[in-house]
Amino acid sequence: MQRQFETELRELKNRILAMGGLVEQAIEKSTFNLQTRDPEVFRQIKAVERRINQENMAIDNICLEILARLSPVAADLRLILAIIKINTDLERMGDQAMNIGYNVNHYREDGEVTTQLNLPSMAELVKNMVREALDAFMKDDVELAQKVLESDDAVDQFKNNVFLKMVEYMKLHPQNIEPALDMILIARNLERMADHATNIAEDVIFACTGEDVRHGIGRAARAKKT
Amino acid sequence: MELAAKVEVPMLALETEKLSAWFGDNHVVKEVSLSVVKNDVFSLIGPSGCGKSTFIRCLNRLHEEGEGAKVNGDVYIEGLAKSGGRENIYASGIDPVSVRRRIGMVFQKPNPFPGLSIFENVASGLRLAQVVRRNVLEEVVEMSLIQAALWDEVKDQLKKPGTSLSGGQQQRLCIARALAVRPQILLMDEPTSALDPISTARIEELVMRLRNDVTVVIVTHNMQQAARISNQTAFFLMGELVELGPTSRIFTKPKDIRTEQYITGRFG
Repeated sequence: MQRQFETELRELKNRILAMGGLVEQAIEKSTFNLQTRDPEVFRQIKAVERRINQENMAIDNICLEILARLSPVAADLRLILAIIKINTDLERMGDQAMNIGYNVNHYREDGEVTTQLNLPSMAELVKNMVREALDAFMKDDVELAQKVLESDDAVDQFKNNVFLKMVEYMKLHPQNIEPALDMILIARNLERMADHATNIAEDVIFACTGEDVRHGIGRAARAKKT
Repeated sequence: MELAAKVEVPMLALETEKLSAWFGDNHVVKEVSLSVVKNDVFSLIGPSGCGKSTFIRCLNRLHEEGEGAKVNGDVYIEGLAKSGGRENIYASGIDPVSVRRRIGMVFQKPNPFPGLSIFENVASGLRLAQVVRRNVLEEVVEMSLIQAALWDEVKDQLKKPGTSLSGGQQQRLCIARALAVRPQILLMDEPTSALDPISTARIEELVMRLRNDVTVVIVTHNMQQAARISNQTAFFLMGELVELGPTSRIFTKPKDIRTEQYITGRFG
């Protein structure tokens, strides 16, 4: 017999997946807008972000109900806890996509500095992390979650590189401080998205194994094991 | 000078060593070895027929009273001597009645003695132990009813029959009766399964308070009850002890897949 909990959990996971789809859309549009800077695209990002916020509240309510009615334990409890946190991470990713939309005004694709920055490649890497984190969640795939954790360093390097280059650029071109700052902010927004994807991967590992690998604790040991 | 690390060794209230029990040829408890820390609440969980009730009945030598019932192995409890040590309740020459005075039991269905008043129900164990002085009896009865959180409700009707009380009150009366002889350990076999949620909550609060005076070993089918009130939980399956550990760990990260499957309702 199918447990009632199983049915409700499957529905909940599907909703997280759908919300993840919206987040991917928001990221896609905001990073695409790095090149287009189209006000219409920004309006679309806003609309997607509103739907993400609605879904965020609906999923929280379902989790609250499940906790109250079904009192989950063990793997079920870990999964619900993970879903509550993943839900928050996805909502924050939507916020970051919006922030990129705000910061994109000064992005100049053909500019001398921005070409060197290679923000679209950084965005590709982040999008891939988000996709893999959600895949790992849906398939209970601890190995894939581990891979997401390992990708975070590359994103951090991208961000540090942008920061260093823009500081140098601002020293040489003090008249262009505003666009240079926007580049730093966009890199920061992307890096925050990668952090949220990393959080999701950590929650997947916790839900599947009970191991808490946050803040690097236990992560090295887990990496060695795999 | 370097200070040596101080390691606290918990006092044990009870230890079983390769404890087995049979009904005829049916081996229902299979070589269970475990320890219960003094003043802990220790839960036994497992599906129906897993041997947990039989196990608990071995802990005060009640199982052997049944027809065709047999026990093998040892059960040690904290010794009464000031020098400490432990005593085997299955050692030869040990009187099962004296064991039951030190290890009390509360059953699934409240069973106040019919025909006896509330007072006499609580005093019955003391009378068996030859305590006859009225003032001693009155003092112990009052103390036991206070401990069982029943005194305020019955202090003006101690002469009424125990059976006139509600189900929840009857169960607390049985707890008071068990406590009156000052046991070291209190065994509880599904003590709330016949009670409504309010009475259940009162018994659970009572159990948590009792741990200051007595070690409690409780059999329960209610997972949430085990999670709420116990420090340690043991999972039994087909007569075997599958897993034992701190309750918080058992209910968040059990080590054995069978424990996981049982507590999440995948079988049992």
